[in-house]
Amino acid sequence: MEAFSEVEGLVATLPRDDVDTDQIIPKQFLKRTGRDGYGEACFFDWRYDADGHERPEFELNHPAYRGAEILLAGRNFGCGSSREHAVWALSQMGFRVVVAPTFADIFRTNALQNGLLPVALDDPTCADLQQRAGRRDGYRLTVDLRAQEVRDREGRRAAFHLDPFWRECLLAGLDPLGMALREEVAISGFERARSPLLPTTRHRWE
Amino acid sequence: MEAQRTAYHKIWEAHHVAGDPRQRMLMYVDLHLVHEVTSPQAFSGLRAAGRRVRRPDLTLAVMDHLVPTWERTRETPDPVGREQLRQLSENCAAAGIPLLDLYHRRQGIVHVVGPELGLTQPGMTVVCGDSHTSTHGAFGALAFGIGTTEVEQVLASQCLWQAPAPTLEVRVEGQLGQGVTAKDLALGIIREIGVAGGQGSIVEYSGDTVRGLSMEGRMTVCNMTIEAGARAGLISPDQTTVAYLEGRPAVPRGHEFAVAAERWLSFASGPEAVFDRRVHIDATQLAPFVTWGTNPSMSVPVGARIPELAELPSESAREAARRALDYMGLEEGTAIEDIPLDRVFIGSCTNGRLEDLRAAAAVAAGRRVSPRVRAMVVPGSGAVKRAAEEEGLDRIFREAGFEWLEAGCSMCLGMNPDILSPGERCASTSNRNFEGRQGAGGRTHLVSPAMAAAAAVLGHFADVRQLEPADLGSAALGR
Ligand code: SF4
Repeated sequence: MEAFSEVEGLVATLPRDDVDTDQIIPKQFLKRTGRDGYGEACFFDWRYDADGHERPEFELNHPAYRGAEILLAGRNFGCGSSREHAVWALSQMGFRVVVAPTFADIFRTNALQNGLLPVALDDPTCADLQQRAGRRDGYRLTVDLRAQEVRDREGRRAAFHLDPFWRECLLAGLDPLGMALREEVAISGFERARSPLLPTTRHRWE
Repeated sequence: MEAQRTAYHKIWEAHHVAGDPRQRMLMYVDLHLVHEVTSPQAFSGLRAAGRRVRRPDLTLAVMDHLVPTWERTRETPDPVGREQLRQLSENCAAAGIPLLDLYHRRQGIVHVVGPELGLTQPGMTVVCGDSHTSTHGAFGALAFGIGTTEVEQVLASQCLWQAPAPTLEVRVEGQLGQGVTAKDLALGIIREIGVAGGQGSIVEYSGDTVRGLSMEGRMTVCNMTIEAGARAGLISPDQTTVAYLEGRPAVPRGHEFAVAAERWLSFASGPEAVFDRRVHIDATQLAPFVTWGTNPSMSVPVGARIPELAELPSESAREAARRALDYMGLEEGTAIEDIPLDRVFIGSCTNGRLEDLRAAAAVAAGRRVSPRVRAMVVPGSGAVKRAAEEEGLDRIFREAGFEWLEAGCSMCLGMNPDILSPGERCASTSNRNFEGRQGAGGRTHLVSPAMAAAAAVLGHFADVRQLEPADLGSAALGR
């Protein structure tokens, strides 16, 4: 995993609650077998009309949000399907941070696994930031993972908390799988002690 | 104290491999289920790093998400989907992972097949790159969905880094009314606690209503846990669980069965189990529900009307409802029974098991699908399909004008040729009514199997309790 410490970038807002991963990346893009090329498809049905033209009414199509790296979203962002493609799509659309009052669990983990930082801030803080970014005048934020703080140039600051495991992984660029494999002795020991009555998938399934 | 421990805590402690169980630990995975859509990038990740699959014998792969439901002799139509299926075959062959492919008689939806084979057992940890893995919690297992990077981690290490989660007890008491099913219970719970009501938590369903559910009904309830935002949902194992498992292919026999059963029951929550939060649901207050919006909490009882915007509690709820009604092509205040339908879908890992098909067939028997409706029945697995055919359910459906198809996820997510056209309206027994879920521009209303069948024959929603029960017997109509 690439190390992450700080992002200073343009903020785009999508002030809706319960945005599900089916909206972030619709099913027709899940047939692919690679990890790339999902950015264009991000928010596909909200972003484009039937002829493939951008819908001007969709918030993220606003010219003032082009090149945004920080997405300011509503509650329960990323609910629904476990598809990690949603995170790949957001990252490839250019986002490095999503700020929201709450995140769906699986989305949150998927985001962290890919170095897309989910920053949870309370409702009033999010509402305040929504208002600032909603002016569409190039509002920018600095998201500082080391200090666990979000700040703007107008002096607004807000602290956030990230689970120490993930904070360490992101700051040092550690890979959770590598860390798991380092526990080989413990894993093998656990396997030797498992009940022999537990099922295996080696059967002639008939 | 033993009496205070929850099933979740027992399973948690029994799967500690390394790390601090109070902060974050490496958790062992007893069963890893794999399907075609969320696994290709995991296998290529492994290959790129030169890693191997640690425990193919604890892994089972199934083709389900994008398989067509037409005869298996016909080819999967789109080349991109075919390539995904081909990669799954290749990846499984290379790693020695057992695969139930398109042509296997045990093929079906991953969450229907696992329990059917007896692979999901109490006290186990089960993961799959699919959010409805929560289904397996019905057995008193800790089961949850993971993303593709975690699929790769489990393939390579059979473990996951996990933090402990707070617990939420959903206690359901009272008799479910005639025609009120496990699906309605699930929708009722989400209506009560909201689509983020379980966020971050492990839900345990308890109370006499839950105890009274069959394993199939319990699976329906646990399946929908993810729609309340919870990490996992489970039900403590009891004699119903043990009876369901006996004789299944992956379950030990004879003396070993007795030993296994005793072990399973030891994972049940203690009589004084302590939960971080509790919610009570009165089952006698539930009715057959119909969703009217674009998330599963937006539902009302079938006899009711779509809420008036002014009745809603907050501006954000009004805004969400406005957006949902606009997408759904509906007006506030419309009576649910006045909503006409184009399509009916009976199937999915929520409601694609034998009991579900029986309940739908009981309504369909001796009736005809409305000429304005195209209705499909997609069994959850090949085994469900054969069992239904043995009982003659296929004949009932066919004679009534339903299409009787091959097993798979089908129109639950529309990755195969079964999709809604823009603007089409569907009564569906699946679990998500998100925008475009069943096809771009399609409009989904979630209901129980009996309610879906009633909607199919009448061409609009109707209260299944007011239809004359057909010959198959009211037993199948109830729970
Ligand atoms: S039936 Fe639907 S919810 Fe269930 S696994 Fe398939 S796509 Fe997912």
